[in-house]
Amino acid sequence: MSDLGMFFGLLGAAVAVLFAGAGSALGVGIAGRAAAGVVTEDPSKFAQVLLLQLLPGTQGIYGLLVGFITLSKIGLLGGGDVTISLSTGLMILAACLPIGIVGLISGKSQGQCSAASIGIVAKRPESFGQAMLFPAMVETYAILALLISILAVSNIPV
Amino acid sequence: MASDWSYTYAVARIRVLETKLLSNNDVNTMAAQKSADAVVTFLKDKGWGDASDGNDPERILAIEERKIWAIMKELGVDFSVFDVLSLPNIYHNLKAAIKEVCTSMSNEKAFAPDDTYGRPQMLKIVTEKNWSALPEHMRAAAAEALETMLHTRDAQLADIIVDRACLDAIEAAGKASPDKVIQDYAKSQVAVTDIKIAARSAKTRKSLDFLHRALAPCSSFDVRTLAQAAFQGVDALLDYLSSSGYAEAAEALKKSPSAFERWCDNRVIETIKPQKYEVCTVGPLVAYVLARQNEIKTARIVITGKANGLSEEAIRERTREMYV
Repeated sequence: MSDLGMFFGLLGAAVAVLFAGAGSALGVGIAGRAAAGVVTEDPSKFAQVLLLQLLPGTQGIYGLLVGFITLSKIGLLGGGDVTISLSTGLMILAACLPIGIVGLISGKSQGQCSAASIGIVAKRPESFGQAMLFPAMVETYAILALLISILAVSNIPV
Repeated sequence: MASDWSYTYAVARIRVLETKLLSNNDVNTMAAQKSADAVVTFLKDKGWGDASDGNDPERILAIEERKIWAIMKELGVDFSVFDVLSLPNIYHNLKAAIKEVCTSMSNEKAFAPDDTYGRPQMLKIVTEKNWSALPEHMRAAAAEALETMLHTRDAQLADIIVDRACLDAIEAAGKASPDKVIQDYAKSQVAVTDIKIAARSAKTRKSLDFLHRALAPCSSFDVRTLAQAAFQGVDALLDYLSSSGYAEAAEALKKSPSAFERWCDNRVIETIKPQKYEVCTVGPLVAYVLARQNEIKTARIVITGKANGLSEEAIRERTREMYV
């Protein structure tokens, strides 16, 4: 049974890293296509569109952070001899779900929003600040999910 | 239309290219130039033409038309999306080829440039009556128009047959397309052309039978009522247009024929303007092509107006609304 607890704990870390990372990959990919389109015609906008492209990359970092905390919690990092019960393993998995699921959805959505904002920069480079705000709004929900995942993973008694 | 993020790269490139489109201020500046040469210089400063154009306005405009399609090719867009835009040109070439074959009078300038259905190809098809070489929607109309021309020598009737087939093809292409921009363009194009035909027919007192034959069914208004109004005369047509949501068309018609032509083109540009805010559909690409063609047409109007000594005001009355 203790192996099963460890398995679910590990699955939690995997869910956090995998889904949030996938969301970021999708988002950065979408925004990257738009950025490439702008730079093809106007290379001087490279720096501005690069920043917008990078915005959806944060979900992957959040997933990684929760993944590290989880691995540390279940004793896979630091070499601690920790026994994880099945119920604890399931609780860790549940704690990792917010950043996994919200990371996936918000990463992709933020990429789409960034692509639209890259369109603003393409036509009005002086509106770069405003263009940054629209995809940044999507970030709010990834941060909320990150907070809950960190709080939950940290406070599960092992 | 459903979002398609594969257009993201192309749409972003188009957004940059849109900044290079002529604005209404640019058109006013062109209209205020002293001569056609000054307009050409203005356009060259904006990057129009290339080193080989020799400052010849027609060559500059032809180069700009080619640039549009070169960009679309570079973007890797499926060209079938643009089929509906080429329909008026290929049907126009069919009419020109039928007239040339039946009258044996060569008129190269009557043909619109087209790689597949340009002058040589269309003349060959009409001469050999090889209708299978045409798209399916053109075949019956081509055969009927040629027979009509050969037996009656009535070029106007032949034109009506081809024009009506063209409108039906545009309407069908709009209905078959999953892209909203194509649907809206087709709807707008058919409505505007029907109004154009009705206006001309009302002025020249055409028969009701002629009107029923020429006007294509359209979802924007009841085409039979439009035909009836045009048959009754210009005043009845103006009343009908005012009461069916086309008051601006009626106003333009009252003003002058050039103001009406301007309204017709502006209406199409108004239809595509929402594409400026689309991110992930083919719409902005189609809109860009139409916007470029619109500015080329406007540049031609200004250059021709200047070359013929038209006043700045007369030219402004004819210039089209720009997309940006």
